[in-house]
Amino acid sequence: MNDVVLQTRGLVKEFGGLRAVNSLDFTLRRGELRCVIGPNGAGKSTLFKLLTGQLKPTAGTIHFKGLDVTRLLPHEIARAGIGIKFQVPRVYDSLSVTENLWLSARSRHGAAAGAIVDRVLAEVGLVERRTSPVGHLSHGDRQWVEIGMVLTSDPDLVLLDEPTAGMTHAEARRTADLVREINRRATLIVVEHDMDFVRSIAGYVTVLHRGAVLAEGTMDEIRANDVVRDIYLGKRPRARR
Amino acid sequence: MTAWALWAVAVAVVAALPAVLSPFQIVQLTVFMIYSLLALSLDLIWGFGGILSFGQAAFFGVGGYVYGIVGINSGSTTLALIAGVAGAAGLAALLGYFTFYGRVGSMYFAVITLTVTLILHQVMGTTADPRYAVGQARLGGYNGMTNIPSLALEVPGRAPLTLDPVQLFYVVGGLLLLVLALTRALVRGSFGRVLAAIREDELRTELLGYDPRWRKLVTFAISGSIAGLAGGLFAGWGNFMNPQVFSMFQSALVVIWVMVGGRSTLYGAVVGTLVVQSLTNYLGTASVTYTTVALGTALVVIVLLFPRGLVPAIEGAVRRVSGRRPPAPEFAR
Amino acid sequence: MDFVAVTAFGIVYTIATLILLALGLAVIFGMMGVINLAQAEFLMVGAYTVLIVTAHGASVWVGIAVAPVVVGLLGLVIERTIIRFLYGRILDTMLATWGLSLGLVGLVTLVFGPTTEGIATPLGHVTVGEYRLSVYSVFVILMAFAVLGLTYGLFNYTRFGLVARATMQNPNMVSALGVNPARVYMGTFAFGAALAGLGGGVMAPLTGVVPTLGLAFIAKIFITVIVGGPVILLGTTTAGVVLGLVESLVSYGSTPIYGQVAMLAFAIILLRLLPQGISGFWRRGV
Ligand SMILES: Nc1ncnc2c1ncn2[C@@H]1O[C@H](COP(=O)(O)OP(=O)(O)OP(=O)(O)O)[C@@H](O)[C@H]1O
Ligand SMILES: [Mg+2]
Repeated sequence: MNDVVLQTRGLVKEFGGLRAVNSLDFTLRRGELRCVIGPNGAGKSTLFKLLTGQLKPTAGTIHFKGLDVTRLLPHEIARAGIGIKFQVPRVYDSLSVTENLWLSARSRHGAAAGAIVDRVLAEVGLVERRTSPVGHLSHGDRQWVEIGMVLTSDPDLVLLDEPTAGMTHAEARRTADLVREINRRATLIVVEHDMDFVRSIAGYVTVLHRGAVLAEGTMDEIRANDVVRDIYLGKRPRARR
Repeated sequence: MTAWALWAVAVAVVAALPAVLSPFQIVQLTVFMIYSLLALSLDLIWGFGGILSFGQAAFFGVGGYVYGIVGINSGSTTLALIAGVAGAAGLAALLGYFTFYGRVGSMYFAVITLTVTLILHQVMGTTADPRYAVGQARLGGYNGMTNIPSLALEVPGRAPLTLDPVQLFYVVGGLLLLVLALTRALVRGSFGRVLAAIREDELRTELLGYDPRWRKLVTFAISGSIAGLAGGLFAGWGNFMNPQVFSMFQSALVVIWVMVGGRSTLYGAVVGTLVVQSLTNYLGTASVTYTTVALGTALVVIVLLFPRGLVPAIEGAVRRVSGRRPPAPEFAR
Repeated sequence: MDFVAVTAFGIVYTIATLILLALGLAVIFGMMGVINLAQAEFLMVGAYTVLIVTAHGASVWVGIAVAPVVVGLLGLVIERTIIRFLYGRILDTMLATWGLSLGLVGLVTLVFGPTTEGIATPLGHVTVGEYRLSVYSVFVILMAFAVLGLTYGLFNYTRFGLVARATMQNPNMVSALGVNPARVYMGTFAFGAALAGLGGGVMAPLTGVVPTLGLAFIAKIFITVIVGGPVILLGTTTAGVVLGLVESLVSYGSTPIYGQVAMLAFAIILLRLLPQGISGFWRRGV
């Protein structure tokens, strides 16, 4: 049982009359790579906000590494070891790449931050751009900065909200490699709309619909599921640029 | 070389000024440097913490009054100065606790700090009756608190030595440079980097594991203590405090100093204060009324035309004319 | 019994003045999210308007009717020349209105001098047992009800009010519908100023007229609006009642100054619990 890293029970979030997350029971084992898919408005981002403490659930509990984190503040949850990458890259535009990475490294590693930053700069391929203000980078590179921030803080559980949004095919492939790389060190939840990407990282898939779990299984099982196909896979996948 | 050379120049200038200036000018410049400390306190919390406080005059006043009360009662001005700093820091911490931990918005924060100042003004104004006294120290209402002891050098085992104007100038100048160096170290160190991150994106920083409330509280308390230090020095300089230190005029003046100097640098606060105060001195204090009109107009004009500060705008213009590129962004300039 | 009646009247009066003086500020805050630091000076200009009108031989009532017009126009001019360049920059707007506040105090002092001028309080007194009550304070209470009604009517029964409420909810949507939000802001700012002018005019016979008149009220009305939060009428009324009670009760036990200190302490502690003010639960609105 102690290999369960994350467990939500009866998780509910209401906005006015709308239940964005509806009695969600979700369990994640250590080392897992879980993809969460679902149509727009299914409650994926809301789930991430609940897990990181940005929103407080209307009802239900969240346990992380056996600890009840339901009522903890965002910074306490982050310190406990949950890291997030936002849907829209959320980085410090006026600060340099190094400084962005240093900020995330220091919060959990203190004085060791410098060495970690140097290592991660190489991993995400931004050594040459390390003194540039992040605001001057391309969209793709900004995504890498944020992924780098997740790597430097070295969390036990990493939440990636649409990591490939706005990336080219080549960049998306590189991200898939990186996701597998992160997964060697941490448990991952990846929200993605891009089915090719989900298949390429070959994780276990949870389909969310109207805030609840509609189906769970491997990508092939999900593909074979008629209900899922109707509400989700029937739609045209997002076009790449 | 540049940073150390600049500090050396600053120290040399402070050291040399008494030889060049008249005694009157030295006394004037002493109070300008005290005001610079006050401006620095706002620059720290506003420019680097990203939190606009309209209440720096309140901490200045509290520092001054506490200096007076403790100085008159104990006779030790060192103790009085420390108490003044502690009193102001305590008030700032208390206010900061309620506002930052309540996550009050930035505009509410500004209004609350202003309201605290206005109410202190009124409360101190009602203390004219002799029964409003702390020990030997009478608060004095609008007539003010008098007979506050001058700052003295206190070495244990020796009689305290009251500082003459030049010595006071050195003490204040030394403290100003010291506080400038310490705040600079603070904003360039890891605390200051996280503060810069909070200023740019509070939620993001929180999700990296930093508690913004606590850091804002600490910054505000430090800012309050610097304002309190300035207030204590002011009371020891003029031997007098009155409720006008809490007036709208004083509160706005602090903001003007920082707006003129620009809030992206710490030294800007000092430059802004020296420029504004020398200018008002030069123009002559014909009447407080004219100064009030001028101050109000200046505030409106600067906000409309130079929201990033007057000195930075001039620097920018000079740089454009001379064709130099602006410096690369950095955590804290 | 007379004592109870008179005390109760005093409390109602305190609440009414808070609402009367704070409502203009609340209107501007509710619409634009900005605390206008020159609001106290709008009150002051309203009071001076009454002073000038009575000095020319007209009655106080004429003065009170003219004050909101004068101050409303002043607000319009200020909005057109300063405020409109600062929309979206909340702290800068506050700084500019602060400068305006100082400038107005200075200018009025230059023109009229720093002394307090009195205006005779109309309507005389009635006696309740051994107490004397000014009839004019009954008028002040009625005026508070009147401005609440006026504001309610304006926002709920006029086309301007409809557009204004829509703008509060979503300015972008409104501009997509072809309404210029800038005009709405202009109108609201002028209306908020006019309310302040009316409040200042009504209070003028009671307080005397002096350039720093606003200072006596400004702390109270800031606190009222902050505690009230962004819902104009409900917020201001609730905050006025709660804070008026706090102020009157503490003032009776000590001095009016401590009444204000208690209001401030109450407000700060309340904001620790409700950082958006009492009405922060609700959406922005009237
Ligand atoms: N702060 C909020 N207030 C009110 N409703 C909200 C809020 N945040 C989300 N919602 C609603 O909750 C539902 C779930 O939204 P959420 O952003 O979690 O969806 P999502 O699965 O991430 O969608 P997408 O694929 O478009 O990113 C939506 O209907 C959304 O409109
Ligand atoms: Mg989403």
